[in-house]
Amino acid sequence: MSGDTLRSTVTIQNPQGFHMRPASAFAQLASKYQSSVRVQKQDQVVNGKSPLELMVLGAEQGSQLTLEVSGPDAREALNALLALVASPEFNETTEPPSPAQG
Amino acid sequence: MRMSDFVIRDAIVPELKANTKEGVIREMVESLRAAGAFKNADPEDIVKAILKRELLGSTGIGRGVAIPHTKHNSVDRLVGTVALSRPGVPFDSLDGEPVHVFVLLISPQDRPGDHLRALENVSRSLRDDGFVRSLRQATTREAVWALLDDQDQQPH
Repeated sequence: MSGDTLRSTVTIQNPQGFHMRPASAFAQLASKYQSSVRVQKQDQVVNGKSPLELMVLGAEQGSQLTLEVSGPDAREALNALLALVASPEFNETTEPPSPAQG
Repeated sequence: MRMSDFVIRDAIVPELKANTKEGVIREMVESLRAAGAFKNADPEDIVKAILKRELLGSTGIGRGVAIPHTKHNSVDRLVGTVALSRPGVPFDSLDGEPVHVFVLLISPQDRPGDHLRALENVSRSLRDDGFVRSLRQATTREAVWALLDDQDQQPH
């Protein structure tokens, strides 16, 4: 696929971790884009467009995940996903996100 | 948090009668109640909580599977059950397909870690198409239990 491969690391802020609601929201958003989306936690890499795969990561609050987006709309896709992961709604909190974002 | 750790064997429903979302949830909660999974609980309250969660977004995550769930103070440890529907049930799934395999999870109020670990294990099993295929062919509680137990032994 032509286009860029972009990577960014995020920290899960949600006190309940990367459970079904945020995983479904992430997967649905990722699926809107042509680019492939892979999510890595330590040595596990999964397809970011699949809620089931994302939940296999079992990422708790404080986990670091690396997003790798590759394709013609990579920049747009990554920006959207980063915005989602930083949002209070995604994190089920009214706190603003902490500064430690990749 | 393997499936055989929290699935209540006696509450497995190998052949659902219900053919609606609410009906399936009721049937699974009733099965758990009959198996003694709740202490002093109003099952109606549990059903309502599960349905309320569905309003936030379907737990029908595609590929013919759904993982309805809630937290509830009627349980002091995470409990669950598995139910199968031969014809499939419309569940507002993310991919628009009916659901054949349901895994219901009920966790205590303040154990997000347990819930996350259970989701992790359930997801790891349900993303295995071979496992889901075998489940869909099971016709008895014993057969379903054997498959869960077997799956838990697999390296993933």
